[in-house]
Amino acid sequence: MTQQAVAVPPNEPEVRSRAFDLPRMYELMLLIRRFEESLYRKYREGKIGGYLHRYDGQEALVAGVVPLLEPGDLVLSTYRDHAHALAVGTPPGEIMAELMGRATGCAGGKGGSMHLIDPSRGFLGGDGIVGGPVPVSVGVGFALKYRAEQRICVCYFGDGAMNQGGVHEALNMAGLYSLPILFILENNGYAMGTAVHRSTAQPDMLLKARAHGVDARRVDGMDPIAVLEQAETALEEIRRTGAPIFMEMTCYRFVGHGVADNAQQQQFYRSTEEIEEWKSRDPVEALKNHLLGSGDLDTERIEAMERTIADQITAAIEFAESSPAPLPDTLYEHVFAKG
Amino acid sequence: MALMRYSEALRMAMAEEMERDPDVFICGEEVGQYQGTFRVTEGLMERFGPMRVVDTPISEIGIAGLATGAAMAGLRPIAEFMTWSFALSAMDQIINHAAKITYMSSGRITCPAVFRGPAGTGNQLSAQHSQSLESWYAHTPGLKVVLPYTPADAKGLLKTAIRDDSPVIFMEHAGLYANRGEVPEDPDFTVPFGEAVIRKPGTDVTIIGYSLMVRKCLTAAEALESEGISCEVIDLRTLTPLDMETILSSVARTHRVVVTQEEWRNVGIAAEIAARLADEAFDELDAPILRVGGADVPMPYARELERAAIPNEDHIIEAVRQVTR
Ligand SMILES: Cc1ncc(C[n+]2csc(CCOP(=O)(O)OP(=O)(O)O)c2C)c(N)n1
Ligand SMILES: [Mg+2]
Repeated sequence: MTQQAVAVPPNEPEVRSRAFDLPRMYELMLLIRRFEESLYRKYREGKIGGYLHRYDGQEALVAGVVPLLEPGDLVLSTYRDHAHALAVGTPPGEIMAELMGRATGCAGGKGGSMHLIDPSRGFLGGDGIVGGPVPVSVGVGFALKYRAEQRICVCYFGDGAMNQGGVHEALNMAGLYSLPILFILENNGYAMGTAVHRSTAQPDMLLKARAHGVDARRVDGMDPIAVLEQAETALEEIRRTGAPIFMEMTCYRFVGHGVADNAQQQQFYRSTEEIEEWKSRDPVEALKNHLLGSGDLDTERIEAMERTIADQITAAIEFAESSPAPLPDTLYEHVFAKG
Repeated sequence: MALMRYSEALRMAMAEEMERDPDVFICGEEVGQYQGTFRVTEGLMERFGPMRVVDTPISEIGIAGLATGAAMAGLRPIAEFMTWSFALSAMDQIINHAAKITYMSSGRITCPAVFRGPAGTGNQLSAQHSQSLESWYAHTPGLKVVLPYTPADAKGLLKTAIRDDSPVIFMEHAGLYANRGEVPEDPDFTVPFGEAVIRKPGTDVTIIGYSLMVRKCLTAAEALESEGISCEVIDLRTLTPLDMETILSSVARTHRVVVTQEEWRNVGIAAEIAARLADEAFDELDAPILRVGGADVPMPYARELERAAIPNEDHIIEAVRQVTR
């Protein structure tokens, strides 16, 4: 005999605003790319410490999903989280300040690159542990279902995470309890220096999700329009049915795993030719060319976007660099909740 | 003797033991084709082949299980965790399985596995990547816990770990990998467990540390020398077994003790040592035993906060001044 674990009223379909369009998606992707480039420069200048994992090449996975979310939806991501914070609307200055360890950072200077967080905008944070956010997303999805809010949890994780036991426990439970979670597998082909086929005898990620009773789909993450369209469909379905969907988004990271994974290290696992081949499918360029072709954008508007973004980044850097370090007595603050 | 880095000494230990015993193998993330995240296993896959240097998925439970089961079935695995912070999901395999099987089988099954990798704080790696957790393992019966400070100890203790028939938790410090020191090239060179070493003799106060903390203890001792305070610095080298004898004989001479640890101060190995001293050397003590440890907070990212959270030379100096006042 089976028993309904949680009694939840059926979700009603919801109509969302259609304000987000391809030119905006392009602008966000461009912001993500330019922002990552500026972070790298600041890292080289010694202004940013710790690890730095960039999203170059994977922009569409975030820019085609997060802006479609509604207030109350919640996002979880890995340590490769700058794009996610930008997409939920965290001011670039607060992100830059966080990476520079300033009190004005989005985590008060306590998190750094891997732990950007912005709860008021629905971002529950980047997670430094591979696979870490996935079991957490089950609880988040459960809470959303429990309160029958018709909200969605979007959980990002990498291909490397697919080999974590906790991820499979989580997928199973999401399927079992039918939780409103959009799982997004950022399949960039590598976990650090390990290609997918070197870490699993079953590289078909959809099969792995389906084994847990979770609906699974694949989308070309280098194709921004496909990402946007399929994300729109998936989010609408989850809002209507309340059931989880697993989306594998195939993509490629154009730069090293982190800053330490330099060109020399990368030779241990991938060739320059391979990188160049993928770069020829640069999603930022692809969307730009599409929009120029369709007439939705012209070079003038694109140049204006570049200028706006450059100004935004300059302002973010100025804000961060002129912000104070956290006060010494904040060290012991927030170990426990105040209640 | 040869001058080499701590990381090279570890590699040398593994290579020698792999030459010596065909049952020794290495498994872990990025240990082979990528040459090791911290280059500790560099070149070993080329030398010993993929059956003996096994690249694994990011599956810490699987890695710990692979080592535990292979050890139970007669091999001598060296499981590398990319860092000890990532081994937390593997603790069930280590604590509920590796540490207990010898006892549960009345000694008929042994588990000669080494679990090794970098531990420790620093480099602004923040809450989930920057922590020291050795006391969690030292708390558990059935596990030996080893934390080398010098390159020579890195080699000698790792060889002892590989030859030991019990599971060994071997914690390296990422901040020590680049340290150079003289290392015996003799393949028979080992360093026994349970023997602390006096890194600097002194008469007024005993400072106890291990791993990277030894460096800070020595720096503090040097600074205190100019104030006329003579410090004896003990490097524990292994937490289990714990060499109380060396500690007790030092305290019988100095009558004052500061115990240091990099991990959170609360409920750590320093508290254990202080308690044992209270039990066994109460009459020798001329001052309260002071502990120096990390702030009891998840590690913050910002440089200024991180500096305040990690125990340093100044904390040790202050504690020594207090016990010698
Ligand atoms: C449990 C755990 N093991 C190991 C690591 C070290 N590590 C950080 S990122 C990474 C690779 C992850 O690859 P993937 O999941 O594909 O994500 P990507 O970096 O490609 O975005 C590894 C091994 C970790 N952070 N957590
Ligand atoms: Mg990956």
